Amino acid sequence: MEKKRNYIVTTDVLDPAEWIEHVIRPEAGAINTFIGTVRELTKGKRTLSLTYEAYVPMAEKKLAQIGAEIEEHYEGSRVAIAHRIGRLDISDIAVVIAVSSPHRDESYQGSRCAIERIKEIVPIWKKEHWDDGSEWIGDQLEKVSYADKVKKEEEQ
Amino acid sequence: MIKVLFFAGMQEAAGTSEMTWDRETVTVEEVRKHVQEVYPQLVQAGVVPVAVNEEFAGEEDPVQAGDTVAFIPPVSGG
Repeated sequence: MEKKRNYIVTTDVLDPAEWIEHVIRPEAGAINTFIGTVRELTKGKRTLSLTYEAYVPMAEKKLAQIGAEIEEHYEGSRVAIAHRIGRLDISDIAVVIAVSSPHRDESYQGSRCAIERIKEIVPIWKKEHWDDGSEWIGDQLEKVSYADKVKKEEEQ
Repeated sequence: MIKVLFFAGMQEAAGTSEMTWDRETVTVEEVRKHVQEVYPQLVQAGVVPVAVNEEFAGEEDPVQAGDTVAFIPPVSGG
């Protein structure tokens, strides 16, 4: 039987329960899930839908790297992350992060750490569609340093 | 042959998702310059991070025939 992959980028609908299954185990007394959904209003603009695009092989590799960082840093933690790509509607689930650990603190912290790292190093891009146009998010034409850009308070 | 990939806004600006460059050994910096010569509209090719074979790479890192170079504009996943 094929071993379950804990880090995927997929066009499929994400089911949080499936990702909890990936990390649940007898040693854990806590599981923290983060679910990122498509928000309708951003800075007063009404989003109709989003399109996510990814450099899939590298994105999956980077998700795995983030998971490994967390598992190393937070003792006894276990991580699984799934990110959906393609066209998503309002309230669709874009990302699911599940972290289990013996005690709750590591799960909470690891989960927070995972989403922040995703927004820094994972090659996934979001295009917002409004009724008056659409745009790739991430300020890709501004000539500012990358470090400044990723620190910009991004949506979600 | 070196393969170069574009994503998101850069892909739209270039009008293509990839290009090739028939060279044996160059550096990341040389790839940036070449891409900007071929697609002058890709101003961000000079500044955004670059991955070689799916790992972020530095300016002086070598790029060889058979490698895949990807321009990684500011990400916005999550």
